[in-house]
Amino acid sequence: MCVKQVPGVSEVRIDPKTNTLVREGVLSIINPNDRNALELALILKEEHKVEVIALSMGPPQAEEVLREALAMGIDKAILLSDKAFAGADTLATSHTLALAIKKVLKEFDSEENYLIICGAQAVDGDTGQVPPELAEELGIPQITYVQNLLLSEDKIIVERKFRATEIVVIETKLPALISVLIDINKPRYPSMAGIMKAYEKANVIYFDSMALNADSSKIGLNGSMTEVKKIFFPERKVNPIMLEGSTEEVVRKLCQYLKDDKIF
Amino acid sequence: MSIIIDAELCTGCASCMESCIYDAIELDNNIAKVLPNCTLCRACIEACPEEAISLERDDAKAQKVDISQFKGVWVVAEHYKNKIQKVSFQLLSKGRELADILQVNLTFVILGTDFDDKLEEFSQYGMDEIIYIKSPILKDYYSDLYTKVITELVLETQPEIILIGATATGRDFAPRVAKRLRAGLTADCTGLEIDLETRNLLQTRPTYGGTIMATIRTPSSRPQMATVRAGIFKMPEKIKKNVNIRKIEYEFKEQDSVSKIVKVISKTKTPVNLEDAKIIVAGGRGVGSKENFKLIEDLANVLGAELGGSRITIELNWLDPDRQIGQTGVTVSPKLYIACGISGAIQHIVGMENSNIIVAINKDPDAPIFNFAHYGIVGNLHEIIPILIEEIKIMNLNKE
Ligand SMILES: Cc1cc2nc3c(=O)[nH]c(=O)nc-3n(C[C@H](O)[C@H](O)[C@H](O)COP(=O)(O)OP(=O)(O)OC[C@H]3O[C@@H](n4cnc5c(N)ncnc54)[C@H](O)[C@@H]3O)c2cc1C
Ligand SMILES: Cc1cc2nc3c(=O)[nH]c(=O)nc-3n(C[C@H](O)[C@H](O)[C@H](O)COP(=O)(O)OP(=O)(O)OC[C@H]3O[C@@H](n4cnc5c(N)ncnc54)[C@H](O)[C@@H]3O)c2cc1C
Repeated sequence: MCVKQVPGVSEVRIDPKTNTLVREGVLSIINPNDRNALELALILKEEHKVEVIALSMGPPQAEEVLREALAMGIDKAILLSDKAFAGADTLATSHTLALAIKKVLKEFDSEENYLIICGAQAVDGDTGQVPPELAEELGIPQITYVQNLLLSEDKIIVERKFRATEIVVIETKLPALISVLIDINKPRYPSMAGIMKAYEKANVIYFDSMALNADSSKIGLNGSMTEVKKIFFPERKVNPIMLEGSTEEVVRKLCQYLKDDKIF
Repeated sequence: MSIIIDAELCTGCASCMESCIYDAIELDNNIAKVLPNCTLCRACIEACPEEAISLERDDAKAQKVDISQFKGVWVVAEHYKNKIQKVSFQLLSKGRELADILQVNLTFVILGTDFDDKLEEFSQYGMDEIIYIKSPILKDYYSDLYTKVITELVLETQPEIILIGATATGRDFAPRVAKRLRAGLTADCTGLEIDLETRNLLQTRPTYGGTIMATIRTPSSRPQMATVRAGIFKMPEKIKKNVNIRKIEYEFKEQDSVSKIVKVISKTKTPVNLEDAKIIVAGGRGVGSKENFKLIEDLANVLGAELGGSRITIELNWLDPDRQIGQTGVTVSPKLYIACGISGAIQHIVGMENSNIIVAINKDPDAPIFNFAHYGIVGNLHEIIPILIEEIKIMNLNKE
C-alpha cells in the first residue's frame, strides 16, 4: 500500500484580510485517505493473514509517516528517497512507485497474488492520478473511489462510488489496485506498544534510484511531462453590501437589489 | 537537480517564500535559502521579481517529441443511462474556443452504443467532427476498454489537446490513458488558456482544497491532457454546422476487460439537478435541525429554486448526499445563490463561488461567508426567512 506525506492541510487557511496563506501547527501528516488505506490493509491482515508493506516516496522526513504506519501495525516500511526523485509529476511518481513494487514482488516471489491499496487522492497535489497510473504501469486492473471491499481468495468485490448517490459493484481478479475514499472505514490509532516497537525496533528500508535501477529520464523532474508554471492565491473579489435595519427593512432592501440585478 | 538562488540578485523580498506551498524556503541573512523539503515544483521561479531563482538541471531530459505533428482538440464524452452528461457539452464550448485560437478542428469522441439517432442533435454543439466508437459493452463504463480505445485513437489521429470531465469516470480513465501514452495530464482544471506562441495549453487548477491555484503546462510532449470540473464553463450555443461523422463499430476481445460490473446501487429518490439550477437555496448547520429545513425548502419552493446544503447537513442526515455543494460535492454556478446558516468554509466556497449573485444570511457578522457574498444579512435565519418568503409571495402575485 502507498502512503504519502502531506502538509497538515487542515491547518492551512487563507487570511481573509491579507489574502495570504496561514499555516499553523503541524508540518506534515499522513495523507488522510492513506490512513484509511492503512486501516483497510490492517483489517485484511487480521482476516487473511497477509503481509502488509507500506511504500512512500518523499524526502527523508517522510520516514515519520512510515514510523506511524509501523506503529499502527504494518509489517514493513519502505521509503523511496533520492534527490533524483524530486520534482516528479504523477507520471514520474507512479513510475518510481511501480519500480519499487516490482522489486518487492520479486523478492517475495508473489507476482501473481497481490493487492495495492492507495488513497483516492492526496490533499496537496490532489490529482488522484497516481493510483490509475500505477495500475497501468503494473498492468493490473484498477478500481478507484472504493468505499467497501470484500476479499476472497484470488478476487475482490468492491463498491465504487461513481456519482454522488450511485455505487457500482465491481468484481475483479487479483492482482489489482484500488484507491479508497475516507468513508470506507475509521482508521485506528497506534497503540502504545505499537509506537514503542515502531520507534525502537522496526526499520524503515530505504531505496534510492540506484537500488531501483531507475532510468534517470523517467524519474523526478526529467520524467515529468507537466510543470507548475505559477502558483497564486485565488482572487476573492466581492465586497458585500451589508443590509441593515429591521428584519422587514432588510428583506425589502434585498428584494429591491435582486430586482435591480434582474434576478426577480 | 536543484533550485539555485543567485545571492547577488536576491533582495530578500520573500516573494518566493509566499509562493512556496511546501514551506521550503527561508531567509538566511536576508537571502532566500532552499530547504531540503523542496519538491522542485518551481513556483518560486515565476514568483521572483528579480529573476534570481533558477533551476539547475542535468542534461538527461527525456527525449523530445515532435510536437508539431499533433493537431486538433478533442472532448471525450461521458454518458450515463444513455444520456451525455452536461460537463461534456460544457467542454465542447470551451473546446471550440481553444480550437478557434489554434485554428484546428474540434472533435467530440463518444464511446457507447445506442447513440446513432442522437448524433444529429449533438452536431449542433459546435464541433467539426464526431468520432463514435460503437459497441454494446460500451453502454457501461469500463476503465480498461476506455483506455484501450482512446489510446489507439490518439496514436492514429494525434490530437494536441484532450479534454475530459473531472468526474469519477474521467478521473479514472484519463490517468490510465496518459500513462500508456506517456502524456502529461493536469487534474481538475477550472481555467484553460492557450499560449499561442508555443501552442501550450495553460491549465489552471485548484490545489489544497481550493486555497491555492496552480497553472500547469506540458511544454515538451503531446497530447496535452486535462480533466476539467463540471459547472465551470457554460453550455454551448446551438448552431447549424456541417459535422463530419465517423462511426467505428468496435469489436472487443474477451480478455480486453478483466473486471466485471456486478450491479449498480442507487440511493436517490427524486432527481436533483443543482448543476443546471438558476436559483439555489442552500442551508448549513445554522438551520438547526432536519425539521427546520422545511423553512429552507419553503424558500426554495417560492423561488422555484433547487435545494442544497453544506457537507455537515449531509453528515447530520438533514439532506440527501446529492445535495452537497462544495469540493467533495457538486460545483454550481446559478444566477442566485442564497446561503442560510453556512459559515463559508473554503471547501464549500469552491463549489459555489462562480454564482452570479450570492446572498448570505448568518447571525455571526464575522462569518467568512460574507467575504464571498454580494449581499449580506446579519441575523437569525428563523426570523428573516419567513418574512422573506412572504415578501416573495407578494412579488409573485404581482407578477401574475
Ligand atoms: C500545485 C501542484 C499542482 C500539481 N498538479 C499536477 C497535475 O495536474 N498533474 C500531475 O501529473 N502532477 C501534478 N503535480 C505533481 C503531483 O502533486 C506529484 O506528482 C505528487 O507526487 C503526486 O500527486 P498527488 O499529490 O496528486 O497524489 P494523488 O494521485 O492525489 O495521490 C493518490 C494516492 O496515491 C498515493 N501516492 C501519491 N503520491 C505518493 C507518494 N509520493 N508516495 C507514496 N504514495 C503516493 C497515495 O496512496 C495517495 O493517497 C502538482 C504538484 C503541485 C505542487
Ligand atoms: C477534505 C474536506 C472536504 C470537504 N468538502 C466539503 C464540501 O464539499 N462541502 C461543504 O460544504 N463542506 C465541506 N467540508 C466541510 C467544511 O470544512 C465545513 O466544515 C462545512 O462546510 C461547514 O458547514 P456549515 O457552514 O454548514 O457549518 P458551520 O461551519 O458550523 O457553520 C454554521 C453557521 O451557521 C451560523 N448560524 C447558526 N445559527 C444561525 C441562525 N439561527 N441564523 C443564522 N445563522 C446561524 C453560524 O454563525 C455559522 O456561521 C469539507 C471538509 C474537508 C476537510
